[in-house]
This record gives sequence, structure tokens and C-alpha cells, in this order.
Amino acid sequence: MKDRYDVIVVGGGPSGSMAAMFAARAGVSVLMLEKDREIGLPVRCAEGVGDKGLRSVVDINPNWIAQKITTVKLISPAGMEVVIGTDEVGYILNRKMFDPGLAELAAQAGSEIITKAYVNGLLLDNNKVTGVRVRTLGREFQVKASIVIGADGVESRVGRWAGIKTWEKLNDMETCAQVTAQNINVQQDAIHLYFSNTRAPKGYLWVFPKGNGLANVGIGISGEASRHKSPFAYLFEFLQTNFPQAAIITTVAGGVPCAREPEKIVANGLMLVGDAARQVNPVSGGGIVTGMIAGKIAGQVAGQAIIDGKTDEKRLAEYARLWQKAEGKKHKVFYKLKEFVYNMSDKDLDDTAKIALQIPQDKRTILQLFKTALVQKPALILEAIKVLT
Amino acid sequence: MKKINYNRELCDFCGTCVSVCPQDAIELSENNLEITDKCTVCMNCVYICPLRALEVKNEG
Ligand SMILES: Cc1cc2nc3c(=O)[nH]c(=O)nc-3n(C[C@H](O)[C@H](O)[C@H](O)COP(=O)(O)OP(=O)(O)OC[C@H]3O[C@@H](n4cnc5c(N)ncnc54)[C@H](O)[C@@H]3O)c2cc1C
Repeated sequence: MKDRYDVIVVGGGPSGSMAAMFAARAGVSVLMLEKDREIGLPVRCAEGVGDKGLRSVVDINPNWIAQKITTVKLISPAGMEVVIGTDEVGYILNRKMFDPGLAELAAQAGSEIITKAYVNGLLLDNNKVTGVRVRTLGREFQVKASIVIGADGVESRVGRWAGIKTWEKLNDMETCAQVTAQNINVQQDAIHLYFSNTRAPKGYLWVFPKGNGLANVGIGISGEASRHKSPFAYLFEFLQTNFPQAAIITTVAGGVPCAREPEKIVANGLMLVGDAARQVNPVSGGGIVTGMIAGKIAGQVAGQAIIDGKTDEKRLAEYARLWQKAEGKKHKVFYKLKEFVYNMSDKDLDDTAKIALQIPQDKRTILQLFKTALVQKPALILEAIKVLT
Repeated sequence: MKKINYNRELCDFCGTCVSVCPQDAIELSENNLEITDKCTVCMNCVYICPLRALEVKNEG
């Protein structure tokens, strides 16, 4: 580790690795710091991604993939299965392979990487971020940088240290419990999403198969709902009723920000990417690909900004603009859609499923379902206007 | 005085608590969690912890 780099990336998840890789490719010096001993572990994720999105950022390595997905099934509280028409292919990844794979790509592009390196503060000079304080192997260092990229995940503090409010209300965080279990004998190339206000309040349960009976089975509920009962309590009830034969290989806890985006994602000498910038689809909770897209844009802008010799907020705002164009607008719509879905009772959900099953499968898109829900419950039209405007 | 206590045996170091702390009062490293004296006992972390590793205690 040197005492100065052009770019320092805090956090070695998918967003951080992509930011590091694209910055290094622009020819500037990059250091990525990860607090844990090993990049990729522990896995706190259901590991589902879409092919198109992932391919837009990296060439897909087959070693990363556990199971190819061709089908999406939505399951209503009463157990009606609605298959969504889609030609999009997806994957359930092995993030234990995927995350280190991305970090290696960043390394091959020229980034330095250190693990067991905990960043516990920023260096600030006159309202500009000028580096980080990092603790590694019992010693504390100050390392300078022209740009710090905060890719420090859901638990991000980098933004706050630069004065950006990134903490969330309970309603805007999903708290999750997941097991990876064997003997989950469902259709292996289908993801299964269970909606119910009583079994998964303000969230959903999922079964994401990893092949040969192995699957990620989990739940996310809102922080508000979790006041009364923990996600693990809900998950074990679900396993008992739906998969009593489940044998658990891994148990994890985690959080997903399903929030509005922070008021800004850049400051003088600072950029935020991925979960740290709440760049997660607020309905699905998916943040791998969106974080990687943001990492790519941020890395490219950071590289060019350094070559141009300007790293103030105004220059770095180019990243925020490009992000808005790529994903930001969609994010706003999904945030509103989330509130709509959360307001549906188990009866609304069952009624919607019943009607949806009458729509031919290839026409059964999410938007169609949304329209169906409206016909079912005209009282939701006001909510819907919020989503569509 | 009320105080938030954390149970090392239950905690999985997932960071969900950090994301809802309005005071930036939680220090989370790879395998340690610390509630600093910035804490105002707002209870957000207690409510959201997926493993129920945080609880409020009366002290002194
Ligand atoms: C239960 C669950 C299921 C999910 N399922 C899916 C899914 O199926 N599909 C999907 O797309 N998304 C899913 N997500 C969301 C997805 O996991 C995240 O959006 C994604 O990991 C974000 O990537 P990231 O690089 O921004 O952050 P992370 O992957 O969280 O990486 C951040 C890294 O920063 C490190 N770090 C944090 N603080 C510091 C510090 N101070 N110093 C140094 N390092 C630090 C952390 O150790 C971590 O390695 C799920 C999340 C959960 C919790």
C-alpha cells in the first residue's frame, strides 16, 4: 500500500470491483479496501440476476453460474401460481465465486486490493474528501486520494462522513432471513416469489433454485413489520409448511435498502455506488446489476475526471447525471410501485391472481398484472396514479 | 438510564442496524459491533435486527 492513489474504492462487493476495474482501465492508480478477510464471503444474497443487465457490464464467466432461470412464478396467498411471460433469461449465481471473480478482473486491470482493511473515517480538507483512514492488521494508516468511491454496501457510512444523509427509516429497509437448503424440490429453472401480507408483510418470500434440489429460500419484510416479529420467525414457519424436508446448509441475515435515492450521490472528491447509494430496485430488492452499472459509470467518470485534473462535486456530477439516465428514472417508478404492492391485502392479491390466470401466459406481464389489480380494487387507482405519473 | 446492548452470540455482523441508525452510533467491523455514546436509544436497530441481537437494558 502506497500513501497516495488517484482513486480509493471502499468496499469489495460487485459495485466496488466494477468501479475499480473501470477506473483502472482509464489508466489511473486505484486501491480497493475490503474490511472482511475474504472477498465474496459471507454471501448475504439470493443471487438472482438478469442476463441482459449483467452482460451489459462484464463478459459472463460460466463458473459464476449455479442455475439458469427461464421462468418467473408469482404465488398468491392462497397458493395460485401465476407464471409471468418473459423471454429474458436469468441466472442464480454463486456469489462465492462471482464476487472474487469481479475483484480479479479489477486486479487484472491494474487495481491494488487489500482485505482485512477497515475504513473508519475520511480525510477531509476544506470541504473536500482527500483520502481515508484505514485500519489493517492492527495498524492505522492515512491514505490520500483525489477521489474516494464509497461502495461500502447497505451498512455504508462513507456518505455520512461527507455529510450526505444515507440512513433509512424502518419502512424503507427490508430486513431479511435466508437459508440455502437441500431437498427443495421445485422446478429448477424457475424463481418462485410468494406474496402475502400475513406470511411476508410488506415484502415477499423467495425460492431461488441453485440446481439439484439446492435453493436459496428467504424472506424480506419491512423494518416496520419486523417490530412485531422477526424475519427468521416468518421464514421458519414458511419452511415448516412448504418445505418440511429442507436440510439447511447455510443461514444468513441481511438488509436491503428499498428506499428513495439519497439527495446526492457525489460530493467534492467523493462518489457513492451500489447499496451505499441505495441503487437497489425497491420492489424486487435486486441490487447486484444496478450496482455494477453504477460502478462502471462511476469508474469511467472518475478516471476521466482525474485525467482532466478536476475532481470537485460539479465535475463528478456527470456520474449522477449518467446514472439518472441509465437507471434513476426507473428507480423512482419502482419506489412508488412498492408502496402500491404493500397496500394490497391477501384478498386483493388472490383476486388479482385469479384474474391474471385468465390472461394468456405470453401476455401476462408485470404491467398487465398491475392493470388487473386496479380493476379489482378501484380504490387503488389513486395509488396507481402516483406510480404512473 | 436506558442503553442498547448487543449479544455477540446472536449477531451475524450483517450491518442492517447501521443502515437505520440516525446518529451514526454503530461501529461495525468484520466481527465486532460497538454502540458508541452517540446513541440516543431510538430503538430502530432493535426493531430491525433480523436475529434479535440487540436489546434495550436499564442501567444504573
Ligand atoms: C437476503 C438478501 C437477498 C438478496 N438477493 C438479491 C438478488 O437475488 N439479486 C440481486 O440483484 N440483489 C440481491 N440482494 C441485494 C444485493 O446483495 C446487493 O444489492 C449487492 O450486494 C450490492 O453490492 P455492493 O457492492 O453495493 O455492496 P456489497 O455487496 O454489500 O459490498 C459492500 C462491501 O463493502 C465492505 N465494507 C463495508 N464497510 C466497509 C468499511 N468501512 N471498510 C471496508 N470495507 C467495507 C463490506 O464488507 C462488503 O464486502 C439481496 C440482499 C440480501 C440481504
